[in-house]
Amino acid sequence: MFEFWHKIQQSLSIGSVQSFTGGIVHRNQHKVTASHPIVACALPELFIHPIKQHIGDPCEPIVQVGERVLKGQTIAKPQGYLSVPVHASTSGTVTSIEEHTIPHPSGLGLISIYIKPDGLDEVDESLHPLPNYRSVDAVELRERVRQAGIAGLGGAVFPTFIKLVRDQKNPIETVILNGIECEPWLTCDHQLMIEKAHEIISGLDIILHAVDASKGIIAIEDNKLDAVKVIEKTLADMGLNESVEVRVLPTRYPQGGEKQLIQAVTGKEVPAGGLPLHIGILSTNVGTSKAVYDAVCLGEPLTERIITVSGDAVPKPANMSVRLGTSMHFLLKQCGVESFDGIKVLHGGPMMGELLSTDDVPVVKGSNGILAMTQRNIMRAHHEEEPCIRCGDCGDVCPAGLMPNLLAAHCKENQFERAEDYNLFDCIECGACSFVCPSHIPLVHYFRYGKGQVAQINREKEFAEASRVRSEKRDARLAKELAEKEEKRRIAKEKKEARAKALAEKEAAEQASSEVAAKPEEDT
Amino acid sequence: MIFLSSPHQHGGNSIQLTMFSVIIALIPAAMVSVYLYGWLAVFLLTTCIGVSLLTEYLSLKWMGKKTDRVWDGSAGLTGLLLALVLPAAVPWWMVIFASVFAIVLGKQLYGGLGHNPFNPALAARVVLLISFPLQMTTWLVPMHMDASLDMYSFMTSLKFFFLGVDAVQQTWDAVTMASPLGYLKTELGQGVTVSEALQQYHYSTLHAFIGREAGSLGEGSALALLMGGIWLMARHTISWHIPLSYLATVAVMASLFNVINPDVYAPPMFHLLAGGLMLCAFFMATDPVSSPSSGIGKVVFGVGCGVLTWVIRTFGAYPEGAMFAVVLMNMATPLIDYYVRPRVYGRKRGRQS
Repeated sequence: MFEFWHKIQQSLSIGSVQSFTGGIVHRNQHKVTASHPIVACALPELFIHPIKQHIGDPCEPIVQVGERVLKGQTIAKPQGYLSVPVHASTSGTVTSIEEHTIPHPSGLGLISIYIKPDGLDEVDESLHPLPNYRSVDAVELRERVRQAGIAGLGGAVFPTFIKLVRDQKNPIETVILNGIECEPWLTCDHQLMIEKAHEIISGLDIILHAVDASKGIIAIEDNKLDAVKVIEKTLADMGLNESVEVRVLPTRYPQGGEKQLIQAVTGKEVPAGGLPLHIGILSTNVGTSKAVYDAVCLGEPLTERIITVSGDAVPKPANMSVRLGTSMHFLLKQCGVESFDGIKVLHGGPMMGELLSTDDVPVVKGSNGILAMTQRNIMRAHHEEEPCIRCGDCGDVCPAGLMPNLLAAHCKENQFERAEDYNLFDCIECGACSFVCPSHIPLVHYFRYGKGQVAQINREKEFAEASRVRSEKRDARLAKELAEKEEKRRIAKEKKEARAKALAEKEAAEQASSEVAAKPEEDT
Repeated sequence: MIFLSSPHQHGGNSIQLTMFSVIIALIPAAMVSVYLYGWLAVFLLTTCIGVSLLTEYLSLKWMGKKTDRVWDGSAGLTGLLLALVLPAAVPWWMVIFASVFAIVLGKQLYGGLGHNPFNPALAARVVLLISFPLQMTTWLVPMHMDASLDMYSFMTSLKFFFLGVDAVQQTWDAVTMASPLGYLKTELGQGVTVSEALQQYHYSTLHAFIGREAGSLGEGSALALLMGGIWLMARHTISWHIPLSYLATVAVMASLFNVINPDVYAPPMFHLLAGGLMLCAFFMATDPVSSPSSGIGKVVFGVGCGVLTWVIRTFGAYPEGAMFAVVLMNMATPLIDYYVRPRVYGRKRGRQS
């Protein structure tokens, strides 16, 4: 009965229910690498570090070509507030600083630092370990997390230090660790939780201390019950099972989305345009938590991460510990991919990941999975678009509560004001709508197009506004100059006239006096 | 390389799958119609489906569209639905006219699949009912009631279908009877109470439920329709919103007025099982194209259909109101989609402005 009522509530989106709205269940999770132990990737011949691997402002390289760098040395320093540094993944020589393709569907490049490893793996020890983090000031912890270059490892790569604030107005009460990993194929967080439970929980404890929160929740989906067991046992061993709770949630995509996870765990919603901070919640990925532990307790900056290398074209799929900057081509070869003909490489999971135009791109902080798929498999998902039959399945699964069919129709017809009225910008691009669409409409593609166009229109509007202001100012200046000129001319004219008048008067006076002088002669 | 946007995985649903699921769900109702009206039902079904497919093919070809879309199932479904809402006694030319109308004016003129404002089959039936009210309210006596017209005989049925009642040496009076809804309407008009009228008709709720009363081909058996409808809901091909809210509204309206004055207003079970309500609730109103897309919009739609059905049946000139109700609510669909939106995450309301 409860189930039924819950379903009615969900599909009408009324009231608050302890789950997130919408969502889909993948019948086949394809988690072939589940319970594959984490293996270390071999040292590649070249590391490529793009200067921007997070959301925010790019860094500035602070090393020269030919310079020797150590593992963990800062090679690019942040510029601006929303930015974290980039570190060298091993010791070696900087061979070049030039543009290189980054993992992005556009195939565009970005300035990158090339490092040729020397195989010694010498470590830069400028960050000293702080094992007694409880006695460390929160501000220092925050600065440490920034120095270590930590950004959200779940894939969104938002600089983590920004979240670690003690705000009087919005005190953080709950810290949620995201161990959901709802994308099919990916298992890196799953395996991380099994192998590095202690580190993850210590990282959570550091975060709890840094933001002065009292409660921690580790959220895990029920397809990872082995990880739940390990985490629960470790919590008990560490004596933290009072303040930290493990929450097992039914497997459902996109539960790992920050907003969806917060809704599923707390029943609260992040207000539109707001941050989790505004409702007293901090949420971060389990991998990020482990990175925080490494940075604080071990003094190790973020130079490697766990990646799932999988896909139906990979003979030996694996969960790998990979140094940032390793080429994806190298990684796939490590996993037994011999020929790259007819293979498409996905960066991230199949639902939100990007299809790369080349595999010659480096692993970055946001790489949680690299999936090599056969062309056939990928093309099956990109079937030819058919007319919308308005079934509304897309709306039923939309976690944001949108009406994707109408939204896509408006975007397609370039009716962006209408699209914005249908809350285009509340779309999180999870892809659940496209997944269920019987007409194979690439809805997310239309939303991205719409968002891009609106941004472009707004930019143009701003530009037009700026030029209008500029031209008005210019007109005003010209008018002022003209008026000044006129004034000057008038004054000059007046002066001239006055002078002429004075001259005429003088002449007249002279004439008069000469006449006066001449007159007596005439009289006489 | 072509640019492909995420997601790179698909759930496997397709238009074809959706349409064929609905067709499969209608098979029990079609089988009941063959049991009740023998070869006539077979003729009607095959003519409707055949002509619909042919019209769809010709329309697509004429418009220069891809003709393989004929097999997406939607035209076949339209034909099947149309046959199921026609009385068994309609002549062959009317069947062809209705099928062509459903596809050409009901669907293709608006831009084809996905663009029709009305359910094509229902629109065709409404047009037939208004144009040929007599033929459309002539109900044959079903076979199990010792019908004088032997519809299990191929030749008799063929003659009747193409040449009419005279060709089989019968009269209309001998082969037809009133439907429960029509009978009740007439009797109520003469001041007879509901219970008396139903008694005179030998109305039985059980018979109405399993489909032994006179009516359109596939409207009779609530049981067969429920079987198909529940299967579709279990498969998530249709959602529960429209059928449930539609039937519940009719039941509530009927109960309310039945309690107030049981002599004039028919009981809720009668309304639920009579006429085309079940077929409309599970298969017509749920047509995705002409109904709202959001869950909450579908509930509004269903409630509207329910109220209109009861009002037209009780106060209207026609005994049956379900199809008019659905067609009227089809017109309101764009409005419902505009004003009734689900609440957006993190916002108080669905609309931004």
